[in-house]
Amino acid sequence: MPTDMPPTRTVPRPAEQTRAQQITERLRAAAGRNGALGALLLLGAAMALMSPVFLSTQNLLNIGVQAAVIAILALGQTFVIISAGIDLSVGSVAALTAIVTGLMVGSVGVPPLVAILFGLAAGLAAGLVSGILIAYGRLPAFIATLAMLSIARGLALVLSGGVPVAQPAAVAWFGSSLWGWLPVPVLVMVALGMLAAFILNRTYTGRAIYAIGGNEEAARLSGINVRRQQLIIYGLAGTFSAVAGLVLAGRLASGQPQAAFGYELDAIAAVVIGGASLAGGQGRAFGTLVGALVLAVIRNGLNLLNVSSFWQQVVIGAVIALAVLSDTLRKRRT
Amino acid sequence: MNTTARDSMPESRSGKELLRVDGLVKRFPGVTALGGVSFRLHAGEVHVLLGENGAGKSTLIKCLAGVYQPDEGQVFVDGRPVTLSTTRDAEELGIATIHQEFNLIPELSVAENVLLGRPPRRLGIVDRQAMYDQASAALERVGLRIDPRTPVRTLGVARQQLVEIAKALSLNARILILDEPTATLTDDEVDRLLNLMVELRSSGVGLVFISHHLEEIRRIGDRVTILRDGVGVGTVSATTPSDELVRLMVGRAIASQYPRVRTAPGKELLRVDGLSSPGSFEDITLSVRAGEVVGLAGLVGAGRTELLRAILGADRYTTGSVCLRGKPVRRHDVRASIHAGLGLVPEDRKAQGLVLGASVAENLSLVSLRAATRLGIVDRARLERGARRAVADLGIRTPSIRSIVKNLSGGNQQKVVMGKWLSADPAVLLLDEPTRGVDVGAKVEIYQLINELTASGRGVLLVSSDLPEVLGMSDRILVMAHGRLVGELTHTEATQDAVMALAVKEVESSRAH
Repeated sequence: MPTDMPPTRTVPRPAEQTRAQQITERLRAAAGRNGALGALLLLGAAMALMSPVFLSTQNLLNIGVQAAVIAILALGQTFVIISAGIDLSVGSVAALTAIVTGLMVGSVGVPPLVAILFGLAAGLAAGLVSGILIAYGRLPAFIATLAMLSIARGLALVLSGGVPVAQPAAVAWFGSSLWGWLPVPVLVMVALGMLAAFILNRTYTGRAIYAIGGNEEAARLSGINVRRQQLIIYGLAGTFSAVAGLVLAGRLASGQPQAAFGYELDAIAAVVIGGASLAGGQGRAFGTLVGALVLAVIRNGLNLLNVSSFWQQVVIGAVIALAVLSDTLRKRRT
Repeated sequence: MNTTARDSMPESRSGKELLRVDGLVKRFPGVTALGGVSFRLHAGEVHVLLGENGAGKSTLIKCLAGVYQPDEGQVFVDGRPVTLSTTRDAEELGIATIHQEFNLIPELSVAENVLLGRPPRRLGIVDRQAMYDQASAALERVGLRIDPRTPVRTLGVARQQLVEIAKALSLNARILILDEPTATLTDDEVDRLLNLMVELRSSGVGLVFISHHLEEIRRIGDRVTILRDGVGVGTVSATTPSDELVRLMVGRAIASQYPRVRTAPGKELLRVDGLSSPGSFEDITLSVRAGEVVGLAGLVGAGRTELLRAILGADRYTTGSVCLRGKPVRRHDVRASIHAGLGLVPEDRKAQGLVLGASVAENLSLVSLRAATRLGIVDRARLERGARRAVADLGIRTPSIRSIVKNLSGGNQQKVVMGKWLSADPAVLLLDEPTRGVDVGAKVEIYQLINELTASGRGVLLVSSDLPEVLGMSDRILVMAHGRLVGELTHTEATQDAVMALAVKEVESSRAH
């Protein structure tokens, strides 16, 4: 006799209440899937109420520009984190890219577009070296990319002699605006977001990334060449970092060897706020973009409200903790 | 509940009732793991829980250990109803469980493990001398004479198990639950463990003993509670004849359990020649023909799993070769093996077979992903069609192909693992314990799948520790012992005794030298 049947109800529950509950449940499910998006909208609404300039087109584009570098780094990081790895070197690699690109024009004398290719190649190479250390050297990703963090930063300092390197106009374009209003960094961020989403959802490597992050052994026994895919994953992260380096150099109008210092942590934060799990197997490009925007909105809004940058760090830390906490609670409930 | 069994329930020789389990029910999404189990444990009794894999024994003891909370029913300790919300609750009531996987920390010493979390302290500082003294006393009780400073990792399985029991006793456990403690022990070690259990029984401890070995049950068991498909079938005396125990456990005629349809085998598909991997297996030569199921029998640790993994190319081998349809397969290359037509349903589906957090569709398309890719782009519609077809063909019970695999029952999870291979259309499928932890109904469905595979001209190499299964489903049986093939039997000449005689003979002769 099944005893989980409740005893007969004396008062039948009104149908409307059930429907209302259904609706709340559905809303809750939608909010659950897009937790980061909900947070972003909530933050946006709060900022709009507190500061009249927040919703101006100019300010929104500013937020996009401010988010772009972290967002692009974070998109590269997304591949790595979904595969259950981590890449601490993305900030250093971004700086190295700008130095290499600037020097190829200034000291070697190749055409600017070729120099940009060299810069991208430097980022790809850095990622591949990390990938080789991880896939074939069996180093933990944390250690291999911690080493690359130091190596890439060191090379940027060695090559530049520790002083800023001038950038060609082609790099400056990455920091400019089209038709006087559309910032190229925002354009690049959106384009790379779509590219990352395409890679993750539609390509063999993308699907393999989820499988490797979800269960590496099962992926291997199913015929996925885990080592080769790891090379591709870290190569992608390096290349995305290189693009971020170009955007940053374009905005600063020079290649700074100390640029993007500590950005790897913001990139990881953006990925995690976007719903990815550091344990691997979960995450989306769209979530990462939203995560980067959440960070940018907080910084922008707190600036508008004249909150000191010291306090901003405290707030951002709290937001990271809250974002992941709400994610964990949500998963525990289901 | 079988009332006649209960009426004739023998009174144990023992003292007062320690533990009473009353109508325990535990449901998981989609499965009822326990559908009402009752039994009583007295002081000074060895109470056996007997049942097939998936009958609910593990779930039951997890409820008693405070790992799971039952949905219905009540547990009584010393006649008082108790709620076991955490493992700590169980510990405090004197219930200790020795799981198959030990809860020991390999890098710490034996003493630190025995007194884990509660080392003797003086002014907040661990009192090492007192710790060693207390640990030694606990080790004395289980007859383990070793230096308590020894790191646990240096001990073998049998001694680690004794450390676990010593730890339980030092917690003043009066109810000791042992989950298949003899499964990984040698005969001598089993002997010593059973003697220890008898000693503990005479000191008034109540023991719950899970074992598949009927002779062990006869030797030290007092009463046996039988579980079938999550339901308690009854409690009988341990002197009950083996046939009767098996009948109660299986609940039906054995013949219908293995619906093998045998066909005349065709040409050779898989040939393994002189494969060796020192420490795992030595000089293995075998073949699998079209339409044939070749069973690989042997004791746990005979090297069967290692062999299957090496054939697929997942593990390295030093010498030998693998040929498929006459063509040699590139060594140590899983992808090449799959491309040539091999597939492996691994032993541990959760750790090796499935991406648990991913959907049914994603898991089903893991192997066919490569084939569905053109210029790096995946044809998602094709994969989705394949997944829907697999769900329908295999009768995978899931709310949707987007459901997360973790939420399916064991049998349906296993069908997903098989399904991901079937969509890649392998010539020979290597099955490693394909029905472990799968309920009886799903087992038969998996056997039907094996029939369909061979009917369509494929071959199967089947490893299973379930001897009746190997006998019932194989056309030819190879026996492996200590990494070597020691015999081959046709299905007509193979009996449990014949297979075990081969599997054990080699063990004895290798012990002799």
